Amino acid sequence: MSKAEDDIVISVRGLRNAFGDQVIHDGLDLDVHRGEILGVVGGSGTGKSVLMRSIIGLQYPEAGEVHVFGQSMIGRDDTEAVDVRKRWGVLFQGGALFSTLTVAENVEVPLREYYPALDQQLLDEIASYKIMMSGLPADAAPKYPSELSGGMKKRAGLARSLALDPELLFLDEPTAGLDPIGAAAFDELTKSLKETLGLTVFLITHDLDTLHAICDRVAVLADRKVIAVGTIPELLALDHPWIQEYFNGPRGRAALDAKR
Amino acid sequence: MTSRADFTEQDDALRFSGALVLARLGDLPQRLESLSQPPRTIDLSGIDRIDTVGAWLVHRLARDSNAEVTGANADAQRLIDQVSQLDKPLQVRPDATPPFVRVLAQMGAATVSAFRMLYGLVGFFGAILVSTWDIIREPRRFRGNAIARQFEVVGVDALGIIGLMSFLIGIVIAQQGAVQLRQFGAEVFTINLIGRITLRELGVLMTAIMVAGRSGSAFAAQIGSMKLAEEVDAMRTIGVSPVEALVIPRVLATVAMMPLLGFYSALVAIIGGGLFCWISLDIPLITFFQRIREVVPITDLWVGLLKAPVFGLIIAMAGCFNGMQVHGNAEEVGLRTTAAVVQGIFLVIVLDAFFAVFFSSIGWV
Repeated sequence: MSKAEDDIVISVRGLRNAFGDQVIHDGLDLDVHRGEILGVVGGSGTGKSVLMRSIIGLQYPEAGEVHVFGQSMIGRDDTEAVDVRKRWGVLFQGGALFSTLTVAENVEVPLREYYPALDQQLLDEIASYKIMMSGLPADAAPKYPSELSGGMKKRAGLARSLALDPELLFLDEPTAGLDPIGAAAFDELTKSLKETLGLTVFLITHDLDTLHAICDRVAVLADRKVIAVGTIPELLALDHPWIQEYFNGPRGRAALDAKR
Repeated sequence: MTSRADFTEQDDALRFSGALVLARLGDLPQRLESLSQPPRTIDLSGIDRIDTVGAWLVHRLARDSNAEVTGANADAQRLIDQVSQLDKPLQVRPDATPPFVRVLAQMGAATVSAFRMLYGLVGFFGAILVSTWDIIREPRRFRGNAIARQFEVVGVDALGIIGLMSFLIGIVIAQQGAVQLRQFGAEVFTINLIGRITLRELGVLMTAIMVAGRSGSAFAAQIGSMKLAEEVDAMRTIGVSPVEALVIPRVLATVAMMPLLGFYSALVAIIGGGLFCWISLDIPLITFFQRIREVVPITDLWVGLLKAPVFGLIIAMAGCFNGMQVHGNAEEVGLRTTAAVVQGIFLVIVLDAFFAVFFSSIGWV
C-alpha cells in the first residue's frame, strides 16, 4: 500500500442511498485523511447522519464502496467487521448510553466485550480516567444516564466511544443542544483529544463556531453528494450559492468574526 | 503486525518492549502485579507504540513503586502526563445497600406507589368528571371527530380479533361442557351453559381483557409518547386541556364501545357453541336457539351490558392515567404501558367479583 493510500482512513466512492423514491445520496465520494478533523456540513435532510451510518455499517447502501482503514465495509458480517469496529468510537447525537448501566459501566462495556481478560480493578481504573478525560465531574461515574444532563450524557457517550483508544472517532452533532460555554468546552476537548491521542475525527455539525475552531477540513453535502471539501478559506473561494450563504450569512459572518 | 506488549526485569530496572496498547496487552497487567521487586526505573525506550491504557499501566506502576520513567518518547510522555493528571480516585459503583434494607425499601416503595396510584386514579377520575361537566356546559367543545376516530380504533378495528376469540371460546365451552355433562346424561344442558356464561360473564370479561390489551395499552403508549415529545405541554400552553382533547374522547369511546363489543362477543360465542352442538351433538341450530331463548333470562343480558361500560371506563382510565404519568425517558413509556394493562385487567376482575355478588343479591340469578 502506498503512502498516500495509507494516509486515507475513510474512503467513500459512488455511494448511493435511497429511502423508497427519495434519493439521499447519489454518487457521493469522500476521503478522510489520517489525523485530521473533518467537519461535515449540509442543510437539514441532506443525509449527514445517513452518510455516517453508511460508513459505520448501520445503513446498507444501494450502491457504492466504503473503505475504512483500507477494508471494505459493505457486505461484511458482524464478526468480520469486529477488527475495524475495535478501532473506532462513535458518539451518537443523544449520547446513546445504555440506560440500565451506570456511566462507568457504560464505559466498561466495550472493554469487557473485546478484552474479557482485563480484571475488574483495571477496568474501573480505565473507566475512571476516561471519564475524567471526557471532562465529566468526578461524581458522575456511579450515576445512571437518567440522572445526567444533556451535556453530561454527551461527555459520557464520548468517554464510552474513547474506551478502546480508537484511532477514528465519529461525532454526530456533538455540540447540538449544548449551551455556548459547554459547546466551546466540547470543541476544546475534541481538539485536545485529537492532539494527545492522535485521533482522526469525522464530525457532523451545524455549529459554525465548531467548524472554525477545530476543523482542519470541511466537507459540504448538497445535491445528494459532497460538492466540496477543503479548508474554510478554500470553500469561501468557491462560487456555490449554498456554501456562500452558509459561510457568508449573518451567522457565518459572526462565527468568522469571532474567529478573528 | 506489531509484537505483543512485554517486559523484562533486570535487578530493579523494568524494560518494556513491543506495543504497549490495549489490543496487545495479553496477561501483562496480571504479570505486573506479581513482580519480584518494585522497580526503581521503568524504561520505555524499547516500545513500538503506546496508548492510554499502556500509559495508565506505566503511570500506575511508577506511582505505586515510586519508580522513574525513562526513555519515553514525546508521544509516550504526553500520554503518561495526560493520564497522570486524570488520576483521581473515583467512586465507580453506586452505594450498595444491604439486601435486607433493600427488600424493606422496595416493599415500602411499592406500597407508597400503590397508594399514590390509587390516589392519582381518583384524582384523574375527578379531572374527567370536571372536563365532562365543562363539555356539557359548553357543548361546542365536544370533539366529535376525535371521538368518532376512537370509536373506529377501539370498536370497529377490534371486531375481527374479538369475534375470532369469542367464536373459539364458544366452541371450547360447548366442547368441555358436553364432555362433563355427558357423564350425567345431561348433554342438553350444554346449551344453558353456553347461553348463560357467555351473556352473563365471559363475553364481557374476555372483551374487557382484549380491549385492555389492545386499546388500554395503546392509550398509555400514545399519550406517553406525546408527553415525552412535550406535545401535552404544548397543548396546555395553547390553552387546550389535554384531558378534554386526549382523555375524554378515549374514555367516551371505550365506555360506548364496550357494551357493543361485549354483546357482539357473547353473540359470536353463542354461534360458535351452537355450531359445535349442531356438528358434534346433533342438536339442530333452530332447537339450539329456541333453547337459548327459553333458558337464558333477560337479566343475564342486563348483567353483561351493565358491567361493560364500567369496565370500559376502568380500562380507558387506567390507560390514559398511566400515559399521563410518563416523564423522563422512553423506557418509562414501556413501563407505563405494561402498568396500564395490568391495572386495567386487575381492576376489571376485582369489580367483576363485586358485580357478581351484587347481582346475585338483588335476585338476578
